[in-house]
Amino acid sequence: MKGNFIDNLPKIYGIYTGGFVGFIIIMAIAEQMGMTAKTIGIAFVAFTVFIYALIGYLSRTAQADAYYVAGRQVPTVFNGMATAADWMSGASFVAMAGGIYFKGYGYMALLVGWTGGYVLVASLLAPYLRKFGCYTVPDFIGTRYGGNLARFSAVVVLTVASFTYVTAQINATGTIASVALDIPFQYAVYVGLISILLCSMLGGMRGVTWTQVAQYIVLIIAYLLPVFWISNKMGAGFFPHFMLADEVARIGELEQQFGFVKNAAADLKSVPKGLAGITKAHSAVNASPWQFISLALAMMMGTASLPHVMMRYFTTPSVKAARKSVGWSLFFIFLLYSSAPMLATLSKLSLIDPNLPTGIIGKTFAEVEAIDWYQNWNQANLMFISDFNGNGTLELNEFFMGGKAVVLATPEIAGLPYVISGLVAAGGMAAAMSTADGLILAIANAISHDVYYKIIDPKAETAKRLLVARVLLVIIGFAGATIAAMEIQGILGSVIWAFDFAMSGLFFPLVLGVWWKRANRQGAIAGMLGGLIAGAWYLVWVRTGGSGFLGITQLTFGIFGSAVSLVLMVVVSLMTAEPDKATQKMVDDVRVPSGKSILGKSH
Amino acid sequence: MSNQQKHWEKTRGLLFITLAIWFVFSIGIFLFGAEMNEVTGPFGYPWTYWFTCQGSLGAFVILIFWFANRQEKIDEEFGFSEREDE
Repeated sequence: MKGNFIDNLPKIYGIYTGGFVGFIIIMAIAEQMGMTAKTIGIAFVAFTVFIYALIGYLSRTAQADAYYVAGRQVPTVFNGMATAADWMSGASFVAMAGGIYFKGYGYMALLVGWTGGYVLVASLLAPYLRKFGCYTVPDFIGTRYGGNLARFSAVVVLTVASFTYVTAQINATGTIASVALDIPFQYAVYVGLISILLCSMLGGMRGVTWTQVAQYIVLIIAYLLPVFWISNKMGAGFFPHFMLADEVARIGELEQQFGFVKNAAADLKSVPKGLAGITKAHSAVNASPWQFISLALAMMMGTASLPHVMMRYFTTPSVKAARKSVGWSLFFIFLLYSSAPMLATLSKLSLIDPNLPTGIIGKTFAEVEAIDWYQNWNQANLMFISDFNGNGTLELNEFFMGGKAVVLATPEIAGLPYVISGLVAAGGMAAAMSTADGLILAIANAISHDVYYKIIDPKAETAKRLLVARVLLVIIGFAGATIAAMEIQGILGSVIWAFDFAMSGLFFPLVLGVWWKRANRQGAIAGMLGGLIAGAWYLVWVRTGGSGFLGITQLTFGIFGSAVSLVLMVVVSLMTAEPDKATQKMVDDVRVPSGKSILGKSH
Repeated sequence: MSNQQKHWEKTRGLLFITLAIWFVFSIGIFLFGAEMNEVTGPFGYPWTYWFTCQGSLGAFVILIFWFANRQEKIDEEFGFSEREDE
């Protein structure tokens, strides 16, 4: 191929996408010729992981600039795709449609929160941090406020938030690998981890960037294809996003007809852990304004504080490109997020509508128990029925399902070929891997660059720095996998906590660092540590039976943490001396796109 | 007022407008979620439901691109846009 790598990107990824579609077609033909479901699942996961590892190997580098910020030459649109993959985790891919299915409106605050945060990223932070020219988020804090303590505090907040997040992602890769490859979860977690490290270890940010673009392409095909296919097969509409109003209304009718019967506590004891019934209206407003808004607000501010997202915008060629790139990121995220409610609608209607051939409510228990897919998913512990009232027919309150089943089982329920289920497994794997890669890299880079190079050994040579970075990558990965293997908390809960931790400690120190010249070192340190401690205290207090206040729950504790952070930062800053002239000049320089970046090209 | 101060004044003005629009779509409309959901909106979905699925999300995408273009204009106006070779 002529020209350099960057110019050829559209061609390269075009060929890649064509190749992947070709692979799906080959698998579909193989299925018709009698290939077993299990072999197809293994082929999908193994083939895609092999491609990512190959990209990771081809992107290997020995330069600090390439390792930390991909050489700052990632074009706008491709950075958008990489950010979207970085952003959309196993939770977005596997759990989100399920959450909407069960909790409706109250849960959809997450859709608004996880997209609206990008407006804050674009307008408050990304372009300015790009101009700064830092390698990591603590790099910005450390240089803007000065001093090792400020830098170290930022590393602490970053590590707490990202580590909470990454265990959930490794857990998700383990779950998918264990189902697709049919091995026990304890081993599957490490298979997932090795796949993740293959992408990032040799190439750092450069390797992660180009694998994330590849992973985005896989995950978006794997999400959209089934949604469109199911919608067309059910006759619900050619383009589901614009045509499901009747289906949404029909679910409302059926809910009226069946009613939400509350199950007795004794009956619920027999339901396997993690499964739930439909207890909330699908499209009605079922949460108070503050419940909805507080969750959305916490997720938006958390988005703007999570370092693995922010550092993606350090890789663009210019400040201008960083701004546009945020828009592209959100566009690519929008494609998946706007489809999740449609999938939830299709899934729910196909299960509960007695007029549809797939509907099971109103059938006898013997009939439902004879259905193939019910047997499969019951065995996988994701579906359960029980005749509480003893009348022999299945009622709405007698049907239970796991949240993951909405994405994983709906294609099978709708009668799509198994090749689609294999594709969905590959998509889930791509989503979880790409996020885990971004997070592990964020932690390892912060510790290797900010703690090792900037604080411990500022004279270290590039080769040694990159060696330390890679060793840390492996250590953090294994620590995350070990905790993930213990299965302490659910995927979604820990993801939401990560957002709250990040916003508690980092939101105001980052934003005020650009927008308030008077903010100084003492204020920033007080804000970071005070916010993190206050948030963590509130979480522990509510978890141990505390009543909480102002309707702030364990899912939105970041609102309390960041409020404490803001107050401390302003009060302490004003009580201590203003930043020196050089720092004020630095802030002025950050505010305009032209001129040299604050930190030199290689630092 | 120096050139740079004027540039920052305008940049800050744009930020406030952007955040005001952001506030409407992320917080403002959900203050009236229950009332708005009674009315049929785009494509036949109830209004609030449509906003949570598509409306607000799409508005954010458009808002960011609009903001990026406006900010570029401001940078050009005061001569602070990046040169290609930087």
